[in-house]
Amino acid sequence: MGSDLTKYLRVEKLPHIWCAGCGHGIVTQAIVRAIDELGLDPAKVTIVSGIGCSSRAPGYMNFDTLHTTHGRAIAFATGVKLARPELKVIVITGDGDAAAIGGNHLIHAARRNIDLTVVCYNNSIYGMTSGQYSPVTPLGSFASTAPYGMVERPFDLCELVMGAGGTFVARSTTYHARHLTNVIKQAIQHKGFSFVDALSQCPTYFGRRNNMKDALAMLNWYKENAVSRDDWAKMPPAERGSKFPIGVFRDEEAPEYCETYRKVIEKAMEEVGAK
Amino acid sequence: MEESRSRLYQGNEACVEGAIAAGMRFFAGYPITPSTEIAELCSVRLPQVGGTFIQMEDEIASMAAVCGASLAGLKAMTATSGPGFSLKQENIGFAAEAEIPCVIVNVQRVGPSTGMPTSPAQGDLMQARWGRHGDQEIVVLSPAYVDEVYSLTIEAFNIAEELRTPVILLMDEVVGHLREKVTLPKPGDLVIKDRKKPVPGSRYLPYAPGEGEDGDVPPLAAFGDGFRFHVTGLTHGPDGFPTNSPSVGEPQIKRINSKISSRREKLCKAEELFTEDADILVVSFGSSARSAKKAVKDLRAVGVKVGLLRLITLWPFPEHVIQRIAAGKLKAVIVPEMNLGQLAREVRRCLDGRAPVIGVNRVAGKLIEPADVIRAVQEVK
Repeated sequence: MGSDLTKYLRVEKLPHIWCAGCGHGIVTQAIVRAIDELGLDPAKVTIVSGIGCSSRAPGYMNFDTLHTTHGRAIAFATGVKLARPELKVIVITGDGDAAAIGGNHLIHAARRNIDLTVVCYNNSIYGMTSGQYSPVTPLGSFASTAPYGMVERPFDLCELVMGAGGTFVARSTTYHARHLTNVIKQAIQHKGFSFVDALSQCPTYFGRRNNMKDALAMLNWYKENAVSRDDWAKMPPAERGSKFPIGVFRDEEAPEYCETYRKVIEKAMEEVGAK
Repeated sequence: MEESRSRLYQGNEACVEGAIAAGMRFFAGYPITPSTEIAELCSVRLPQVGGTFIQMEDEIASMAAVCGASLAGLKAMTATSGPGFSLKQENIGFAAEAEIPCVIVNVQRVGPSTGMPTSPAQGDLMQARWGRHGDQEIVVLSPAYVDEVYSLTIEAFNIAEELRTPVILLMDEVVGHLREKVTLPKPGDLVIKDRKKPVPGSRYLPYAPGEGEDGDVPPLAAFGDGFRFHVTGLTHGPDGFPTNSPSVGEPQIKRINSKISSRREKLCKAEELFTEDADILVVSFGSSARSAKKAVKDLRAVGVKVGLLRLITLWPFPEHVIQRIAAGKLKAVIVPEMNLGQLAREVRRCLDGRAPVIGVNRVAGKLIEPADVIRAVQEVK
């Protein structure tokens, strides 16, 4: 504790654009705290984001930062990582950015097991455009485009990424800020594709429409409904209700894409050299 | 004995070899006819020179990965055809706005939509210029011969690097699949340009124009070099950070346009044949220009005063060249192209009523033949 995190921030770019009570500052702090605690060289960290509230975070973070087009952060990051595999590449995205418009890139990066860390600032709503439903908006919740309640079934992003072959998958919330920092640290240290579903409150566009009038109410909802992975496994399905699991759901080793491709280069160079 | 410098290349193959000679070390693509050989050859050739090939999950991702790799310091390219070119447009616009050097190859096929995937067309002339939202100039080069595919691919990389901009190589199916002789330049004869880099340790403003001749193109650091800079598609100031201020945003948008438009004469390449005394001018590009050239030569042989202007640079548009030729007495301008008149419309705009512009057009995969051009010229006479 006590390390000055402002050196990782572009303090002259503050105040940030996020609404009062938004959870995104907590997730951003968890990322820079994780970077600090891991002692990473800031010159060798690149942060890539897409479009949306979450994706404005890199502008405040003092690294090489790339704010791309909607949904495409992971694809841009794939180019950065392949060009310079020695860089730590962290993708900051939102639930709409990662799972709707960018869903294809999410599953294919997971399938390749390329060494990117994706932190999804998941507030289950399109905040930047003032509250339309996303692919993770819970059934029955209200959104500006779900005035009669959400009728589409939501994604569980962790299950999605595990289904696509992601080798490190975890979830935490802004209420569990220390836990969130720890799972981000593990994700960054993991060699291969890592995904952190970081639940982050949006009191302005989600909470107010769904009986949680402020940030405190939403954080309390996380506190009351989050259960550890192990407790979740023991919990009879009938008792689960609105509860959800947090923790590390998968941490496996598998060949990492850049390392595998490095072997392709070595083989190809050897072959032409032998001619 | 000195190794022969002659090669029999397919157009798509010449593109890959030219790109590697220019220093391309990253290619991201997605299979699409008739450009697929470019991706296939890159998958073989790039790792042989220490470069990286990746087949992405879609066309959009390919263009995104190219931008990312270029920002990390590599010369990067993608290749596609009409439907994929449409999908890439948003990220080409990102590259223009964020000033990311890269090359996009479009081997044109018949459209609209899925069209005729294996048949040639030149219907993306305007999409190449105007396919993205917002105001932006773009450089578009169009080869007609396989050896020109090789040299223009190198030129495309050089322009991309020098002007920090995406450059489009607009081929067509005929040029892409044709096999012709290419004489490789001697290593010492190759002119290869690399992006300007900021001075290590200096305060880096990635979008600040500087002094001097090319001061309107700021240097570009690579991610990981220690500059810790920000890149965004939002309208930004000299420091790269977003702005809502019109007084900051307008100079940025104007500069990415003027860095190309102000170099029009330098960027515009064209082949001229018998244009000095022509009273009928044929203007064409790509594979259609090959038929046009044959027609012009045949007509000259029988004493018809016809000339050819083959556009190599399509955008910025060589208005000055057309206007210079039109300053003489032109009876008519004939524009053969495999679309319904996209180039003719632009030529008409430049001539501003000084001579009638007559199109020779095909759109369903059949090539324009020399006889089609000869017929059009004879109708004018």
